[in-house]
Formats: sequence, C-alpha cells, structure tokens
Amino acid sequence: MVFAARLPPGLQLLGWQDQDTLPGKDPGLIILNDRPVNAETPPHLLDQEVTAADRLFVRNNGVVPASIMASEPRDPASWTLTIAGEAVPAAITFTLADLQQQFKHYDYQLTLECGGNGRKEFSPPASGNQWDNGAVGCPRWTGIRLRDVLEAVDYDKSKAVYIGYYGNDTHLSGDPDEVVISRGVPITKALEDESLLAWAINGKPLPPLNGYPLRLVFSGYPASCSGKWLSKIVVRDRVHDGEKMGGASYRVPCEPVTPGADVEDADMCIIEEMPVKSLITSPRTGAVIDAGKLLPISGHAWCGSGKVAQQEYSIDFGSTWTRCRLTQPVNRYAWQHFSAPVAFPKKGYYEVWARATDERGNAQPMVLPAWNPRGYLNNACHRIAVKIV
Amino acid sequence: MRRFPRYLLTLLILALVAAGLATCQEESAESTAPATASDTPPPGVVEGMDTLTGLIARGDYLLVKGNCLACHSAKLITQNRASKEGWLDMIHWMQETQGLQDLGKNEGPIVEYLATYYAPEESGRRPALDSVKWYMLDL
Repeated sequence: MVFAARLPPGLQLLGWQDQDTLPGKDPGLIILNDRPVNAETPPHLLDQEVTAADRLFVRNNGVVPASIMASEPRDPASWTLTIAGEAVPAAITFTLADLQQQFKHYDYQLTLECGGNGRKEFSPPASGNQWDNGAVGCPRWTGIRLRDVLEAVDYDKSKAVYIGYYGNDTHLSGDPDEVVISRGVPITKALEDESLLAWAINGKPLPPLNGYPLRLVFSGYPASCSGKWLSKIVVRDRVHDGEKMGGASYRVPCEPVTPGADVEDADMCIIEEMPVKSLITSPRTGAVIDAGKLLPISGHAWCGSGKVAQQEYSIDFGSTWTRCRLTQPVNRYAWQHFSAPVAFPKKGYYEVWARATDERGNAQPMVLPAWNPRGYLNNACHRIAVKIV
Repeated sequence: MRRFPRYLLTLLILALVAAGLATCQEESAESTAPATASDTPPPGVVEGMDTLTGLIARGDYLLVKGNCLACHSAKLITQNRASKEGWLDMIHWMQETQGLQDLGKNEGPIVEYLATYYAPEESGRRPALDSVKWYMLDL
C-alpha cells in the first residue's frame, strides 16, 4: 500500500473492508491469515467421514486469481493446462474440456494435509501460519490420472525425474513476474493411480479458494505439492527447483538437530511422505459429562503411505492405552475412522489422547517430534479435554 | 452434577441482565463527560491495541504498519513469536525471495518492536491445552 505510513490510525480503507475472507466456506473455520488467505477447520467440524467442500482448510501462498473470485459466470472449458519440461518432446496445451473428454475419469476419497499442520506447538516457535490441528481434510475428488496425461504427451520415461506445477494465483506483492509457489513430486509419485488432475470435490466444482477450476491432488505428501488454479505442469529431468522447493520451505533437516538450531540449506531435505496421524473429531474438546456415563469418542486416522494398522486412546497421559474400533480405508490414501466408548474411573479433569500406528509400526509420538526450522510434520497425539462431574 | 432448578436459573439470568443494563447505563453516562487529553489513547487504539490491524499499539508499531502490511496481513505478525534473530531471519527471507525492499534505518526499530511485543514463550515439548471452552454434554 502506497503511503501506508501516512494513514491516520483508525481510518477505514475504502475497498478493504467488508470483503468475505472465506467465500463458500463454513463460518466455523478459523482464519489464521487474511492476506494470503489461510484458514483451518476445528476438529469437531471434521467429524464427517467425507469432508464437505466448505469445511476443507484453505492454505494459500498468494492471491486467488482475480477472474476466479469475480462473481461473473466463468467458462471452465476455456481454462488451459500446458504440459512441458525437459522430459516432454514438445509442449502441449489442453483445455479443461479436452482433458475431461479425452481421459478416463476417476473418483477417490483422498486425504490432504498441510505440511505445517500442528506448527503452533513447536518450541522454539517456528515461523509461518500457526496451524493448530485443522489443516487436513478428506473429501472425494473427481478427475483424471496425471499418468494418463503424461503418457498421452509421450513423456520421456528415461529422463523424467520430477514433475513441477505452475498456477494462476498471483504474488502478494502484485508483481506479475514473481511465481507464488511452484512445487511438485518425484515422478514415481506422479504416476500413482491416485495422483489426480481434479476438477471436483464431492461431485461439485472445486471451491474458488481450493483451486477452481483445476488442481493437482497428491495425497500422502504435503498438500503444497498439490498445485491449485493449475495452468502448467513441467516434467523435469532433475528435482524440480521452483519457488518453495528450496531453503527451509517444505524441507526439514536431513539429520535431527537440536531445537532452535541454525540449519544450512545444504543440510535440508524435501519432505515427501507425511507421517501417521489421527484426530478426535467427536466430542468437541471441553465436554463436561456426568459421572458414570460412557463417553463415545470418534475420529479419523491416516498416514502418508499404506494403512493405519491400530488406533488407541489413553485417559491417563499414555500410561495405559486401549484399542479403538478402526475401519478400513475406502481406497488407498483415504482416512480411516475410529470409535470407542470411554469409561472414567472417578470425577475430575481428563485428557483423552489418541494414537495411531501404521502398518510399519510407526506410532504417533506423545511429545513433539523432531524440531525443524519451519515447524513441519508435527504428528504428536491429538488430545481433548474432558471433565467428569 | 445436579442441575439448577429452572426457576433459580431464570432468576439468575434476570439478575445478570439487570446488572448488564445498569453497567451500560453507567458507561453511556460516562461517555457524555468530556475526556481529558492526557488519558485519550491515539485514534484507532483501544486497550493498547490498534483496532485496524490487531497490532499491539506500543513502541514503533506505526513503522510496522507502514513497512510490513503493504504485502501481507498483520495476522502473519500477530500469530508468530520470535527472538530478534528470528524476526531478522524472516525479514531477510522476505527480502531474498519475496521482493521486500531494504528497510534502511527502520530495520532496527522494527525488529526491536517485533522482538519486544511478539517474543517467544517457552512451552516445552507439549504445551498445556489452553482456551478450552467447557460445555455440558448430555449422554
């Protein structure tokens, strides 16, 4: 803002007020930041088995394309996606209509979680949006397989190492030449059945804040890999080096460090699979219940690859654990649901802790996991407060 | 817990409403009295907070308003905590990657403000559950 320093304190700016920060979203979402827009979903609003579109968190690095936020009618068929890069013989541009007509459609329920979900708890504090627990969701996505599109453009299998994306969001500074974010995944991840170019959530077009009209979905990896307002994919012959692929962004120390340590860029490694995690979505934290009653708890559990093998709860700060009922995922990368009736021995304050363990034996830690400069990958056990009276 | 009899609850609510009304009247009576210059906060500042941005309205907060909020929301500041070195690292990152200009002589006072009013608090390996809103859950 030009002349911001001369603005008399308290003066309301024309054109800045009364804008809906979260159009199309549930008013229960918690806004962490309004420029860029970042908002998370409180755990109790994530109780649905399939997350509703209006309850999916928002993590934006830049400004949603103006054309998307404008209220005039839009024509998704005119949206284009270009496939280019060192491992593509010749760049090819598709319209969204081409993609929808030429390739087979798939539906999967896929978990997306921000790499920084849980950042709020890190000590020393890590910079960035201070996510609590709610930067996660698991809606049903409709789209086409990225693999089918890459094969259609005859990508060079011997050269391809990584894919990177570009979107039509704009930089906060307003500079049209600045790329907001351009991340991606290793080619092996890009070729999985569930790696989608998606245009719908739960059968409806993507919400504007979540990437309308076209986005990537790479479940199991930090959600920042799943580019929104997608306009270009590059198939690279090297690890993609776009904006927020380097430095401390979405990277953690390759070897564990002392909390608060300075870590050289050369010693940081890109986050790939997200860790095992679970969330108690019912009851909402703060329940006061009468003594002698059983408290039904429920929630979801997920991990970056494979399945969650076991879910447990504890009411004595992890001294003893009791197994929960746990469902199978409806498809790979869909979260699983757990439930249990919880009995309390006497009146007083309790915390119900939830712990998921994946098929490889990795369990959620009770304390904060490895500290890292930007506060990623906090999968410490979720807990809710309960009082028996 | 044994529940309040309904008539007691109603009386309690009535008493609270009456007390609230009385307080409002007192406040409106006060607000008609002329305020002295010495106890009037700067415009837009209520209880030490800049109402437009949510920044703590002390020290050099106007420099922060002028230099930081052109690009991002004040919420990016108010939700973060860091030492002087930590805030300086964030400023340098914004300069190297996000197009932030050199802050010149303002850098020192800006970092001083941030590290004073948005300083880290030691919370250990698992902070206590805070701001729990208790509610009765009938089962």
